[in-house]
Formats: sequence, structure tokens, C-alpha cells
Amino acid sequence: MDITKLTALSLGQKIKEKEVTVKEAVKAQLKKIKENDDTYHAYITLMEETALKRAEEVQSLIDRGELKDSPLAGVPVAVKDNICTKGSKTTCASKMLENFKPPYNAEVIDRLEAAGAVIIGKLNMDEFAMGSTNETSYFGAVKNPWNVNHVPGGSSGGAAAAVAAAEAFCALGSDTGGSIRQPSAFCGVTGLKPTYGTISRYGLIAYGSSLDQIGPIARNVSDCAALLEVLAGYDAKDSTSVKREDYKFTEALVNDIKGIRIGIPKAYIGKGIDQEVKDGILKAAQVLKEQGAIVETFDLPMVDYAIPAYYVIASAEASSNLSRYDGIKYGYRTKNFENLSEVYKKTRSEGFGAEVKRRMMIGAFVLSSGYYDAYYNKALKVKALIKKSFDEVFKTYDLILGPTAPTTALELGKNLSDPLKMYLGDIYTVAVNLAGLPAISIPCGKDSKGLPIGMQLIGNLFEEKKILRAAYTYEQNVPGIGYPWEGGNQ
Amino acid sequence: MKQYETVIGLEVHCELATKTKIFCSCTTAFGGEPNTHCCPVCTGMPGTLPVLNKQVVEYAMAVGLATDGTITQSCKFDRKNYFYPDLPKAYQVSQLYLPICQNGSIEIETSSGKKVIGIHEIHMEEDAGKLIHDPWEDCTLVDYNRCGVPLIEIVSEPDMRSAEEVIAYLEKLKIILQYLGVSDCKMQEGSLRADINLSVREVGAKEFGTRTEMKNMNSFKAIKRAIEGERKRQIELLEEGKPVLQETRRWDDNKDTSFAMRSKEDAQDYRYFPEPDLVPIEISDEWLNAVKAGEPELRDAKRVRYLSEFGLPEYDADILTASKKLADIFEAVVDLDKNPKEVSNWLMVETMRLLKEREMEPEEIFFEPKNLAELIGLIEEGTINRTIARDVFEAVFTGNVNPSVYVEEMGLKMVCDEDAMRITIAEIVTANPQSVEDYRSGKQKAMGFLVGQTMRAMKGKADPQIVNRILKELLG
Repeated sequence: MDITKLTALSLGQKIKEKEVTVKEAVKAQLKKIKENDDTYHAYITLMEETALKRAEEVQSLIDRGELKDSPLAGVPVAVKDNICTKGSKTTCASKMLENFKPPYNAEVIDRLEAAGAVIIGKLNMDEFAMGSTNETSYFGAVKNPWNVNHVPGGSSGGAAAAVAAAEAFCALGSDTGGSIRQPSAFCGVTGLKPTYGTISRYGLIAYGSSLDQIGPIARNVSDCAALLEVLAGYDAKDSTSVKREDYKFTEALVNDIKGIRIGIPKAYIGKGIDQEVKDGILKAAQVLKEQGAIVETFDLPMVDYAIPAYYVIASAEASSNLSRYDGIKYGYRTKNFENLSEVYKKTRSEGFGAEVKRRMMIGAFVLSSGYYDAYYNKALKVKALIKKSFDEVFKTYDLILGPTAPTTALELGKNLSDPLKMYLGDIYTVAVNLAGLPAISIPCGKDSKGLPIGMQLIGNLFEEKKILRAAYTYEQNVPGIGYPWEGGNQ
Repeated sequence: MKQYETVIGLEVHCELATKTKIFCSCTTAFGGEPNTHCCPVCTGMPGTLPVLNKQVVEYAMAVGLATDGTITQSCKFDRKNYFYPDLPKAYQVSQLYLPICQNGSIEIETSSGKKVIGIHEIHMEEDAGKLIHDPWEDCTLVDYNRCGVPLIEIVSEPDMRSAEEVIAYLEKLKIILQYLGVSDCKMQEGSLRADINLSVREVGAKEFGTRTEMKNMNSFKAIKRAIEGERKRQIELLEEGKPVLQETRRWDDNKDTSFAMRSKEDAQDYRYFPEPDLVPIEISDEWLNAVKAGEPELRDAKRVRYLSEFGLPEYDADILTASKKLADIFEAVVDLDKNPKEVSNWLMVETMRLLKEREMEPEEIFFEPKNLAELIGLIEEGTINRTIARDVFEAVFTGNVNPSVYVEEMGLKMVCDEDAMRITIAEIVTANPQSVEDYRSGKQKAMGFLVGQTMRAMKGKADPQIVNRILKELLG
């Protein structure tokens, strides 16, 4: 048995039933990573020593009869490298934080540990989560396990690739404008971005604070729901954290969507979408219809303005959030300087990559005196209008269905030269962040090149359960796209 | 020469006396080894998030209410972005768009009468750290202990016209802050500091002149000199036909002049925008009313009460209430069943004398009220006389000694043994035949001399009235 090919929940079950020990699981996972990661480059840091030590601790807890209600106890989990792990490098895939070891854990890490999960390593990503292809990482691009000549998507590219390549059972990503959903679509895995405020951001290194949200990436809907259940919860350390009434997400794993109303925005299957992706989505819509859902198309206003509004707001917040990397306290500092101004200029010029600099400059510009109203303030108004237009839609529909991205995984090395084109790839995902909504991406077929197509289900605020129920039902009624190791084009 | 009018507005920064910082649970205590009063949140480590200290909002509300301002019941924080090593996040969390309080005012009184000074706004913000230059190593070190200490900035309207008005405004503000208990207002520790915006214009002119700003002034004396110096400098420029430049200047109190720091052209663009890590603050009517209800007795009310309840003269009530600390001591001692006027005398005369002599502020008084009460008790019982009592009080003031123990140890009790006194007085009479003769020939002054000699011989430990009586007997 290759342990690494199990789903997270079935591994958890086998650990409980003493078929597999935690140490065996961790060792198998480490072995798989060491064998394959030279090819995929999904990891930045492997936490071998701490993971093995932790495996023993968790095993003894399980042996003592603890962690009974914790379905993921003993399961190795990988974490995107913008989530702080106490004493272990947290780099944001940047030269700036190449050797940064935070003296604290992110809230989600504490939650994972309390649930008995074993943190196995830190995952590659676009630098400071800025990018849609994972090519902006200081440590080098991640390869798509379905075809190594293609990108895994971004910015949580390492997370999606690791899960697809059996280098992780499940992983934590973060999503500011699609960074969980788009790589999940490109890598043929399942990724969920929860309602803003559902998972604590404490310890998530900020990109766009008002949009950032941590979420699970896994091989199926059930694993995703189980991981979400561990991560979600009110946290007094995060002022934007929300107290929710219901955190029992796994209860929504029911194979029944009769009568659920699903709307497809016409613009989401209109101009600019790849024909094969469109066909995939319409086929998925047919499956949902056959299961009893009411599926129809509708006009979603304002979405055309989502991308400019998103890049203004996210970049503005980023320009402020990333100012703290100045070479004074921690992180990279230039070797040669004459005065304070040079420390700042050289440290930041040398420590950040081109895409990060581009967004910080856009952000500084839109916030600058005389331009604030024309850009930032206007973007906030657009954000409010987008939220309002979704509010209207959810009076009629339970869920919105559409593609996660207009294309399947792009070719490596052909994207960074035209940032505007790259930004347009976020067209179906950013509006969700602007409105704070939950959304999932699940695989719904492959294109003629054998690359996965992702479909996105968007719910109203706090309606993750509706999303999970529909996604689960879909998953139960299609054969699935399989895994790269069963025939991915490598 | 033309007549000029000075126009002054103040931005007063006041450190709030909360136990913990504005966005984390670190202590706000002054001092401490460098970088020991900080944590990942107040040093802006990656991924950390702020959580607002509710006490800061309540203190800011209390100041707003006490200065007749309108509380912004839906307010929020903004980020002020700039690079400096003492600012670890490279932005200061402050309030630009919706400050907690607007349109307040304070009434001041100067030699030219009463005047209302407008308060444009009060906003909450976090303090920055401190840079320390090490001349030995020729490097600069950063201490983040002050980072995240809560501040309010009280921005006045440009309503003041002289240094006298400015000082009156600051004194009144300081008293309000101290009475509310929201700040210790220790200027030497920087917990109260002012930026002075000053311009001059010809008397009768409608438009304001170009203003300069002098930052971080932390003594009344320096503020007074800075205002006078800057007024003079600007008038001289205008008289020479030169323009006043809009700039930030630094007042050098030793050189008695100000220096240009940076001009308007170099002014930074702070790129303010709403702080996304904090949610807007919603102040309910209930919360607002609770803060209103909790407002302590302020100075004006206390003054009136001292007149009616304790029958103190206005002069006493003015001086005692000018410092919350003095008023607190006064009330504590009176509560121990001491005569209010007697207590007031000790504070107004001896205490003020010692404060002046030692260049101390009333806030630095540290003796316990019960020791003053006990001292007054010793006088009332006749254990010590008033002359000795003054020495004992100095010991109380200096070292918070217990007066009874001190009197005992130092042997300061009055001598009550009349026979022993009679012997001493007889000796004095014998030794001073001239004075005795003078007295007998009607010179009353001689009596005073003989009493003085006796008191000296008895090291002051005698009741002067008894000495007087015995002397009269002996001189027949």
C-alpha cells in the first residue's frame, strides 16, 4: 500500500484503527517528497526533524485514547510559506524573508496541532502571494504535476501541486484574489476559500489584509470540509475574525441537491473563456441538473470592474503591509550602505522581486495625495457595489456556478512578461474576495492536453455548507479526473 | 513699525495612562531595559494583528466629553505610512478621516479675561519607539518599549494670540487630563508634548499669515520662549520684506532660537488609508452614557465644593485644586478628621515652599496623607510646637517618615517639666541683667529676647506660652 495516495480522512481512519502508525505516515510522506520534489519543487522547507518528533507525540496521545474526535489526528499537513510556524523558516518565497524564523505560530498552526495534525513542511508560492503562476517565487517556479511544462497556478501553487502529486495529503493555502481556487483548478484538486473572517489571519503574513483568507486544499470535498472544520473558529487575536453559529462543515457532506437553485453568470461563460473550459463547466452544470438542481444563466452586473478594483485595493494594502521589510529589524539587509536612506532603498531593491515591486508601486501611487479619490476611494465604492450585486443574486440563487479560471494551466515561462494578461486570468475569482464570499474550486474534467479544468461554486456569506453539499454531490456522481500518478502527462 | 498679531494653534500629544498598550497586552510602564516592554504585535512582526484596547477609547471619550466635544460614535482608524527606524510597521495607526471627537472647546482665563479656545478634533494613535545614538560605537540603536503606547492628539483651532494664552490653555488641559485620570502628564517623560503652529499677521488682517510648526515641545518655559522667539523671527522677516516659509522648525532652547528642519516641499505624503486590520469602532449610546456617568469631579466643581463644604477662602481653593495631587492629599487628610483650614495651610505654605525650593511638581509628592494627619495631631495634642512641626514636616515631605516615630527618635517632644524649665529660665535671667533691666523699665522687646534665649537653650522644645508665663512670674 502506498500510504501517500490515501485521502486525509482515510489515513486518519487507518491511524485510529492502528493499521498505520503516525510515524509510518510521516515517513512515507517525507520519502515521497524527497523522491519527487526535485521535479515539482512544491516545498521550500521540509520539517523532517520536527515532524518525526511530533509523530511520536501524536501517536502516544492516540494510544492513550485522546484525539478520538479528531478525524485528522496523525495526518501530515503541509502549509503555505506565508503562514508563520514558530521556530521554522517562513519565507513568503522571498529573498527578503529567506531566513526568517517567527517566534510565534499562526493561529491556524495552533489549531492544526490541537487537532493532532503533523506539520510536514512549508510550501512554495508566488513571492508574498503576488502572482497567478508561482513563477515569482525567489526559490524557483513550481511545476504542474499533470504536465511539468505547465505552471501549477498561484499563488498557492506549491500547495495545489503538493496535494496533486501525493506530496501532501492536504494543505493550507491563502486566497486574496483566487490564490487557493485557481491553483486548485490548474492542479485538479479541491480548494476552498471561506467567508472572510471565518479563519483567523493571525500569523498569516499579510498581502491584502481586507481580502486575505486562509483555506484548505485537498484531494476531495470531504477532506476539504474536515480540514476547514479544524481551521475555522473565532480568534480574539484577529479583530476581523467573526463568531459564527455553525462550524460543523462536515455535516454538509450529503449526496442530495434537489431543488437547489444554481445560477451561471452569462459573463462567466462568455467572451474570453477557453472553449474547452466552457464545455467542461456546461457539462458539470448538466450533472448538477440531473441531480435535481435548478440551473439557469443570469446577468451579474459590475463584474467587469472587479479586476481593476481588486488590483487597486490589494496593491494599496500591500504597499503598506510590505513597508515593514526595511532591513532594520529582521529579514534581508543590504551589505553596502552609507546612510539610512540607502539601507531602505538598497534593501528593498535587492530583497523584493519584480512583481512585488510592481504592486507596491501601484499601491503607493493609488494612495498618494491627489490620486486617493480617483483610485482607492473609487475602488472601495466598486467593492461595495459588487457586494450589493451579489446580495441581489443570492435572493434568487443558492449558489453561483462558473469556471475558476478562463483557461487550464498555462505554459511555464510565458506569463510574467505581460502582467496585464496575467491579471485578467483572475477575472472569475477576485469578485468573491471583494465581496468576502466563500467559494470552492473542484475538478470537472480535463482538456485535450490532459490538463484539469476547475469549476467554481460561490455561496452567500457564511454558506460554506451549501457549497460543500453541492460540491460533494457533484463529486459523488461523476467518475472524477483521477490523479497525475495514474496517467498524468509527465 | 506695523502692529502684528500672533496666531497660534496647538497639537498636544498626550500619553494615556492605560496599563497596557493600545493594540497588545505589553505594559506601558516608563523606563525598563530597552526592548523588554514589547512583543511581536507592537514590534510589527510579519503576520501579527492589532486588537484595540477598549480603555483607550474610553479615555479618549472622557477627554472629548470634558472638553465639550462631539463624540464620533462611528469612528475608525487609518494608517499613516512613512519610513523611520523607530516605526517598526512603517506605518502609524492613527485617525484621519473619522477622529473620535470633534468640535470641542476649553475656556481659559488670562490677565485680559476669559476666552474660549476651540478644539478641532481629538484622535487616538500609537506612539513610536525611540532611537538612541551610541557615540562610542558610532551607531544608532532602537528601543521599541514606547511602540504602541496609546496617545491622543488634541488639535486646537488657531485661536490663541499670545504665549500667555497658550500656557493658560496647556495648564487647563493638563488639569483636565489629570483630573480625568487619563494621563500622568509628566512633561519631562514626554507624556505630554506639544507642536506649536504659529503665524503672524498685521492687526486687522483677515487672512492668516504663513505658519511654521515647532515640534515636540515639552516644557512650559521652553514653549513660552519658543513662541516669543518665533514671533520675533517672523516679524523681522516681514519687516525686511521677506516671506515666511511654511516649514517645520526645531526650537533650541539653549541657543534661544529655532532652526529649519524641513520645508513644505519636502513634506511627506503619508498615503493615509483605512486600517484594514481593525474593524470600525461603534460607540453605542449606552457606552457613551456610561462614560459620561463615570466622569469624576472636575476642577471647577471641586473648587466650588471646597468653598461651600470646607469653608476655605477662594485663594486656598484655587491653589489646592490647581493640582489633582494636592487636592487628593488635602481630601485624604481632611477625611482623617483634620481641620480643613489647618490642612490647607500645611499644603499652601510649607508644601509649596519645599516644592519651589526643590524645583518639584506637585505630582512628584510622595508622602502619605496619613503622615501629615498624624503631624497635625501631634501639634493638637501639644506634643510638639509649630516651629518643631515645620522641621518634622520637612522630614515627612523628604522621606515620608512617620512623624511620631521621628519626633521620638530625634527627641523633639516639648518639655513639660515646669520645674526644670524654671531652673533654665532662672539661669537665662541671671545671665542677661541688661535685658531684665530693660524689661523692667518698660521695653517689651526685651521680653521677646529672653523668650528667644530660653527657646534656644531648650532647643525649641518648649511651649512658648509657658515660657512667657514663667518669665513674667520671675521678673515679677
